[in-house]
Amino acid sequence: MAKPASNLDKGIENVTSWVNERTSIGDFWKKHLSEYYAPKNFNLWYFFGSLSLLVLVNQILTGIFLTMHYKPDAELAFASVEYIMRDVQWGWLIRYMHTTGASLFFAVVYLHMLRALLYGSYQKPRELVWILGVTIYLVLMAEAFMGYVLPWGQMSYWGAQVIISLFGAVPYIGDGLVEWIRGDFLVADATLTRFFALHVIALPLVLLGLVVLHLAALHEVGSNNPDGVEIKQNKDEQGRPRDGIPFHPYYTVKDIFGAGIFLLIAAFIIFFWPEGGGYFIEKDNFVAADPLVTPEHIIPVWYFTPFYAILQAVPDKLMGVLLMGAAVLILYIVPWLDRSPVRSIRYRGWMSKVMLALFCIAFLRLGMLGVSSDSSEIELRLWTFVYFAFFILMPIWTRIEKTKPVPERVTH
Amino acid sequence: MTFSRWMTGLLLALSSSLALAAGGDGDLDHAEINVFDQASLQRGAAMFANYCSGCHGAQFMRYQRLIEDLGMSEEEVLDKLAFGEREPADYMLAAMSSSDAEEWFGVAPPDLSLTARAKGPDWIYTFLRSYYMTENGWNNTVLENASMPHVLWQLQGIQRPVTETTEVDGESKTEIVGFEIEQPGLLSQAEYDSVVLDLVAFLEYVAEPALLKRERMGIWVLLFLAAFTFLSYIMYKEYWKEVKK
Repeated sequence: MAKPASNLDKGIENVTSWVNERTSIGDFWKKHLSEYYAPKNFNLWYFFGSLSLLVLVNQILTGIFLTMHYKPDAELAFASVEYIMRDVQWGWLIRYMHTTGASLFFAVVYLHMLRALLYGSYQKPRELVWILGVTIYLVLMAEAFMGYVLPWGQMSYWGAQVIISLFGAVPYIGDGLVEWIRGDFLVADATLTRFFALHVIALPLVLLGLVVLHLAALHEVGSNNPDGVEIKQNKDEQGRPRDGIPFHPYYTVKDIFGAGIFLLIAAFIIFFWPEGGGYFIEKDNFVAADPLVTPEHIIPVWYFTPFYAILQAVPDKLMGVLLMGAAVLILYIVPWLDRSPVRSIRYRGWMSKVMLALFCIAFLRLGMLGVSSDSSEIELRLWTFVYFAFFILMPIWTRIEKTKPVPERVTH
Repeated sequence: MTFSRWMTGLLLALSSSLALAAGGDGDLDHAEINVFDQASLQRGAAMFANYCSGCHGAQFMRYQRLIEDLGMSEEEVLDKLAFGEREPADYMLAAMSSSDAEEWFGVAPPDLSLTARAKGPDWIYTFLRSYYMTENGWNNTVLENASMPHVLWQLQGIQRPVTETTEVDGESKTEIVGFEIEQPGLLSQAEYDSVVLDLVAFLEYVAEPALLKRERMGIWVLLFLAAFTFLSYIMYKEYWKEVKK
């Protein structure tokens, strides 16, 4: 026998229907969560999208609290960070969540991108999802770089000096461009204040907008999966994909579990290893910025080092900068470089596997070489060559290799 | 499936080799410090007050924090660790003004609030044990031609360098390979190392006072997250029973 509905239940129902009559929030919930059908064979690699979103939220929330105490002023910035670390209640925790979050953001984004390469998630009809994703990555790099300048330590200052000076390689307008970016004849207070403005409001707004578009584009075409099977091609009588399950509750509970594992790793770093061996917070950044003293080694934070290594592989500054830019921008055309009839690495030939493995090794090795100040030029060039060969030769190997038949339905 | 597993393994292997390549600080001696040893921090604080704080400040550190963290009373901290009239909320500034210092030493003595994080405890530990006497006064193997004299020499005594000459490609190179005590100080070598360790522990604490709270709290956070993750795993398995059929 059903219990009579309590007053509370009735109250909730009334509010819900009142809201539903005036908005489309119920439709939104259905479209993107309770009736968004995702393939049921997602594996470990599929955690990194929702984890990126989790880190983004963490960066925004902790960032808001940091701005309450941080002073964007070349005279005060460094001391205000130490004030946060010592005198602000829980300030140290909020800052470490932000610094650790920055590094982990790149870790999960790199894994998320590798997932797309593994399973051909950028292939038709998901090119736009990929393009928006690469744009998010670009904006994220700018966001991270500007955030790194704000503590105004030695590495903040000299890192900014080096990276901004790269724009000086542009012919004719280079010097003027550099001055325009800095807002001064050298990296100074004007640079810090504009980076603050861009870091805390301009770029986060752009980033959020892009994330919304990235998800909207994904939900329009539906998610890919480790088999690269199009689940929409096999629907039941009600028009639901037979291999799909509603994102909510199935993937929400699964992603909560994934978030738990991720938070364990994040908490370990925050509480026991916040400097990340000098990679998450560099040693030299515990020294206040000093325009008169150049640190021994100026290296960017770890997530930029592969590109920094590519820059170093070429003796000519302009060529180096162009090559470094190309290394990122070439990602945009991956959907058209890949000519394989199958999406997933599972049904591709050995060439795809070897090339992707070589690419990963090249990327990691370049990252290691970018950290060191005396990397061998030959090795730098070798791995830079492998990095680009992966993309440039992609149309060839993806077309000539023999692929395996793709199953009708997903396997799991 | 197997390939993605293999890829995961490859990534893990490569990233751990990256971590290994990052280690190693050259010839520095390892400072075996324990910042959770309150007695050691107290001794280190006294060392800092007696030998360092005349010239060096810790501009981001308040006396109040020492009262909270070192198990010392307000009177003890202000009497023993502070110069002149200082309030608990005051920052630990050097007794000497930095413009005077610049005039006397050529450079203003650096603030020591963050030295342990900028240089690392091993660097400070080795530095304070590597002063030696030359005809022109003090020198140091860790920081050559340091402006700072050996303020702890009465404790350590006076060291002379032990050199070794090696022939490399027909060129002879003389290197300092160790020290010998020429004039003994008030402390034995082991005692001296131990007081320097106390001082390094104190500087490590000063560089990040939250360290004490952070690691203690971290264990509880990890335990909580482990329980949370376990429960979310059960929930995930429960929901997915019907999917995995």
